Amino acid sequence: MAIKQLSIFVENREGTLVTVTDAIAKAGVDIRAMSVADTNDFGIFRLIVTDVDKAKKALDEANAFVSITEVVGVAVQDEPGALAKVVKILADHNINIEYMYAFITVSKQFAYVVLRVAENEEAERILTENGIKLVNEEDMSKL
Amino acid sequence: MQKKFYQPEAETMPVNEIKKLQEYKLIRQVRYVYEHVEYYRNLMDEKGVKPEDITCLADISKLPFLSKADLREAYPYGMLATDLKNCVRIHSTSGTTGKRVVAFYTQNDVDMWEDCCARAIVAAGGDKGDVVQVAYGYGLFTGGAGLHGGSHKVGCLTLPMSSGNTNRQIQFMMDLKSTILCCTPSYAAYIGETLKEKGYKPGYNSLKAGIFGAEPWTEEMRKDIENSLGIKAYDIYGLTESSGPGVAFECCEQNGMHINEDHFYAEIIDPDTGEVLPEGSKGELVFTSLDKEAFPLIRYRTRDITVLSREKCSCGRTFVRMHKPMGRSDDMMIIRGVNVFPSQIEAVLLNNGYAPNYLILVDRVNNTDTFEIQVEMLPEDFSDTPKLITKKEKKLQSAMKEMLGINPTIRLVAPKSIARSEGKAVRVIDNRKKLGINV
Repeated sequence: MAIKQLSIFVENREGTLVTVTDAIAKAGVDIRAMSVADTNDFGIFRLIVTDVDKAKKALDEANAFVSITEVVGVAVQDEPGALAKVVKILADHNINIEYMYAFITVSKQFAYVVLRVAENEEAERILTENGIKLVNEEDMSKL
Repeated sequence: MQKKFYQPEAETMPVNEIKKLQEYKLIRQVRYVYEHVEYYRNLMDEKGVKPEDITCLADISKLPFLSKADLREAYPYGMLATDLKNCVRIHSTSGTTGKRVVAFYTQNDVDMWEDCCARAIVAAGGDKGDVVQVAYGYGLFTGGAGLHGGSHKVGCLTLPMSSGNTNRQIQFMMDLKSTILCCTPSYAAYIGETLKEKGYKPGYNSLKAGIFGAEPWTEEMRKDIENSLGIKAYDIYGLTESSGPGVAFECCEQNGMHINEDHFYAEIIDPDTGEVLPEGSKGELVFTSLDKEAFPLIRYRTRDITVLSREKCSCGRTFVRMHKPMGRSDDMMIIRGVNVFPSQIEAVLLNNGYAPNYLILVDRVNNTDTFEIQVEMLPEDFSDTPKLITKKEKKLQSAMKEMLGINPTIRLVAPKSIARSEGKAVRVIDNRKKLGINV
C-alpha cells in the first residue's frame, strides 16, 4: 500500500539540483510532490514521481545518491480541519510523524499528504479504520 | 638592572668553546646510547659504526638517523636509556592511539629542559617579580609543564592556567597583573580579540611579553598579537621528542631562535639524500641531544625545514639561530598546535568502515585554525532524514577526536564525489599557505 519516495542527497552548492531535476526530466518522469530537508551543508530532496524505477535509474546514471523510502499517502478532503483530523488520529495512537508534506491537484475534492512514520503498516491500518482514504502508488501516477 | 641571560656562561660562550663542548658531549652521548639503547645500537651495528668511530663533530654524519617511525616502533620503552626507577616524568606527543611517542625524563632531564625554558623567559624580559601566565595545555603535552618549570626556575610568580576558559584567563590577567603570557600564538590572538570585544584597549593591562610556540605562525600574526595585547611576542621551538619547548627561543632581536647548543647539536640535511648541508643552507633540521639521560636521541629528524645562521646576534648570545620553520619534509600538519598526520585520519576511517576517500581542509579564520574532513558516506549512512547523517558525522568526529586530540568538523559527502586521482591523491588543502603561513 505504501508509496515509494525518492530521497536524494544534494550537497549545498550550485548546480546540484540542476543535475537531479535534469535527470528526471530527461527520463520523462513527472514530479508529483516534493519537499526538501536541509542542514548547513546538505539537503535531502524528497520526491514522489510518476515512475519511481525509471527515475531511480536515471538518477543513478547521473551519479546522484538516491535511496527509496516508503511513505504513507493520504487523501484528505480539501476543507478546513481535514488535516487536523488525520494528525489527531495518529497522535491518539502514539504514532510519531517524522515529517510530512502536502500537495494539491487540479481536482478540488482532495488534497494529498505524504507522511513519514516509523511503522507504515500500522499507520495505514489505523487511518483506514478511522475512515481516512489512503492513496497507493497507482493512484499517485494517475493524479 | 634587567637580567639579560639566565645562564650567561653558557648562552654567551665563544663559538669555538661551544663546539669543543659539543664534541665532548656528543662522543659521551653516543657511547651512552650505544651502551643503553638496544634499538639504536642495532641501527649503528647495521651501519657498521662503533662509538669509537665518533671522534669529532663531523663524524656525526656516520651515524644513523632516527625518525618518528622509529620512536613509534620502539614504543613504549624501546628508546629508554636508563632504568625506569631513575625516571620521574613522562610526556607524550599527540598521535595515533597506542602508537604515540612517549618521552621519559630523569630529574636531570627535567632540570635541563626547564633551564632551556628559563632562558627563553629571561630572553623575553622575564625576571623575579614577573607574573607568568601559562596558558599552554597542561598534561601529557609539554607546553604547560615546560614553561611552568622554566618560570619557577627564573623565580617568577607562575599562574598555571592551562588552556581554555578565556574569560577566566582575562580576569586573572587583569586582577593578578600578569606580565608574561605563554600559549600558542593562535590562542594569544584569540585572547587579544576577546579583549578587544570586551572594549579593552592595548595598554590596559600589565602584560609586556608573550612566549608563543607549538604551531606555525607568521610575522603578520606576530604584529597582530603585539598590537592587540600591547606586548612583544617571542617565538619558542621544541619537540616532545627532544624534551619540549625551549630547544630554541627568540631573543629581543626577534630574528631567529637561538638553539640551546650546550644541550642540543643541530644539523641541516638534505631531506631526500640525508646528506649534511653546509652552514647557511636550507634543509631539514636534525637534532642530537647532548645531555639527556632517559630519552636521548641521536640525529632525530624533525621534518622541519629551516636555515641556521651563525651570524653574530646583538643580544650577546652566541648560540646559532634557526629560522622559523619554513615548511615540513613530510605530510604532518600542525593544526591548533597539534600534530596531525593524514595516515591517522585514514586509520580512523578504515576502523569505522569508511573507504579512505577523504579531503582535509585547513584554513585560518580570525587567527584560529579551522579543520574540516570531508568523507564519502556509506550507502547505509543515507536515508531520507538529515538526522541519521548528522549522527554519523558526530560519531566519526568523536572517533577522530580520540585519535587526533582535536575536534575536526566532519562532513559526509555523497559517495564517489571526492575526486580520484591517478597519481598521488590530493588529500589536503591547506589554505593557510595562501596566508603566508609556513605549514
